[in-house]
Amino acid sequence: MRFYEFECKLLLAKQGVPLPHGGTANNPEQARQLAAELRGPVVLKSQVLSGGRMKAGGVKFADTPEEAANAAAEILELPIRDQLPVCVSVEAKAAVAKEYYLGVTYDALAKKPVMIFSDMGGIDIEQVAEEHPGHVAKQHFSTLIPYTDFRAKELLASLGITGGELTALTGVATKLVRLFQQYDMTLAEINPLGKLEDGSFVVLDCHLDMEDEARERHQAVLDELGIKPDETRQGRPPTEFEIRGAQVDAVDHRGVAGRVVEFDGNLGLVIGAGGGSLTIFDAVQKYGGKPANYCEIGGNPSVNKAMELTKLILSKPGVDKIAVIMNVVSNTRADIVARGVIKGVVESGHDPAQKISIFRIPGSWEADAFKILGKYGVEYCDRSVSMSEAARRAVEKTGT
Amino acid sequence: MSILIDENTTFIIQGITGREAVNMTRECLDYGSKVVGGVTPGRGGRDVYGVAVYDTVREITSKERVDGSVLTVPPAFVRDAAFEALENGIRLLVIVTERVPPRAEVAQIVEFADIKGARIIGPNCLGIISPGKSKMGGIGGPAANTNQAYRPGHIGVMSRSGGMATEISNSLTAAGFGQSTTVSIGGDAIIGSTYAELMPFFEADPETHAIVIYSEPGGPMEAQLAEWVKANNSRLPIIAFMAGRFMDAMPGMRFGHAGTIVEGKQDTASEKIRRLNDAGISVAEEIAQIPELVKQRLS
Repeated sequence: MRFYEFECKLLLAKQGVPLPHGGTANNPEQARQLAAELRGPVVLKSQVLSGGRMKAGGVKFADTPEEAANAAAEILELPIRDQLPVCVSVEAKAAVAKEYYLGVTYDALAKKPVMIFSDMGGIDIEQVAEEHPGHVAKQHFSTLIPYTDFRAKELLASLGITGGELTALTGVATKLVRLFQQYDMTLAEINPLGKLEDGSFVVLDCHLDMEDEARERHQAVLDELGIKPDETRQGRPPTEFEIRGAQVDAVDHRGVAGRVVEFDGNLGLVIGAGGGSLTIFDAVQKYGGKPANYCEIGGNPSVNKAMELTKLILSKPGVDKIAVIMNVVSNTRADIVARGVIKGVVESGHDPAQKISIFRIPGSWEADAFKILGKYGVEYCDRSVSMSEAARRAVEKTGT
Repeated sequence: MSILIDENTTFIIQGITGREAVNMTRECLDYGSKVVGGVTPGRGGRDVYGVAVYDTVREITSKERVDGSVLTVPPAFVRDAAFEALENGIRLLVIVTERVPPRAEVAQIVEFADIKGARIIGPNCLGIISPGKSKMGGIGGPAANTNQAYRPGHIGVMSRSGGMATEISNSLTAAGFGQSTTVSIGGDAIIGSTYAELMPFFEADPETHAIVIYSEPGGPMEAQLAEWVKANNSRLPIIAFMAGRFMDAMPGMRFGHAGTIVEGKQDTASEKIRRLNDAGISVAEEIAQIPELVKQRLS
């Protein structure tokens, strides 16, 4: 889960990392006041969950409160990658002498966190690593032994950092690691970290990502930041359909049957499980089908859940038919899904034989599923028909 | 032969009295696996389908040889259960638990396992099966279903998806190709054993003649496998299936497993396919093509 820059800065401030003076504004008047209080040139930045703000015109400089108000007005109305900012930050413009990079993330191959440092901040670290490998230093560290100062010093010194700079940067690095570990972040990045003309350091921009699964255990700090549990903070905000899907999933704790992603096609998909859904979605598109949604059922969902999911998908305008396809199942029961889907179709006022283009869930309890499906005249198949072939038949019946 | 487990492998189940675990115990016993005990703190003295339940792992390991443990405990208890098994000398841990252990805890488990010389499979996986010999975990489901999908043979299968491990093995079985061992390696961002880390086991198993993998967007594991193949001049032909190609157009959106998200170019299906091809790995367009590609590569 990604944080807005102003939220990242609040979290860094809690660790005692030095930040520029300033705040956030929801309208030009607030920006004007903040700029007046800061008594000097300011930088205004769009608060969106997207990189590339500078290029998109989401960062502006202002010398007077009047200019700040005008800049804020422009930024607040400028969408970046289809997102309007939640607010605009107004900060004192720092006199930066040099920019650095500090980041902590997990290395999935080493299976350890890794601290990355560069004395070339302000640009994408991957680009620096490619073009100037001598300016990037990496250091994996243990999750069993506490992270203490000497590790940061070793890393920093490897790029020639010494003197007062070494002490100051060590402080920032260890605080960043503490933040990363304390809040189960998957990425904690300060870029750039500015060294000011007076030798002090200040965070100019930063990026934090919290592990989705860890959100519950950090509810207190999320509450403090005003982040609601239904804010997914994914690539785009959730649609109404997706929010209702999450509610279906929350009906009971048995299995998964509601994590949906909305698309604008005519073929509703009741598919699973994790890997099977990806495979089936690809196949539907390959055969020219237009999915109305993505979803993933699994873990043996209840009849009720499968029914509610089916009703939700059928309630979406433009959905002509649904396809029910899974990989060979081990713990999800085919008959329970069959019952739930048929119930959902019937309760939506449709004929299962017409509305369900195909049912392909081979594996546990398939014989019972086939019996139910046969009774309602629904086309079904066993494992001798591949997932891809089942998808093709569904597309053929539904039309493109 | 097979890798990781065979007919002599003894294992315990931690969290054995949970609803899903009870079913899994039954399925493993029916398949012929040697389940020598179960652990649920506070439930010592009971039994699950004849398998004695203990309060601690040590009560079992102090009495007999235990090769492995399947962990099906709730997410909040995974780290403790893993440390308990590792501390008591168990060398193979299959972590079934899904969705919760944050990366920090998985990293701790893996780091401790390295110290103890143990191997972790998962988390978020269905386990391991060496067909006809043993299965460790829910992979394949009830014994009758498992026998339908899996047959003893010469193909090693590794999959980031538990369901697709069975789907692929089933398509191989239907085409006359049995499996030496199928490993559901797990769908999380950090897992105990990657494809490349399991390759040396398959490489050392004379009964394994080819490898099939199921892969997805997200993470560096496919690139690591491609590098491994190039560096080690592997004798084993590899056939890959890449799901989630549609995700390339949707960066930042998570689909399916926790580790399945496109955050950079290297995470995309197209880039992974390029790297796999570059290493001489055949990439199937659909599951039904896999047996055909296996046949071609073996001839």
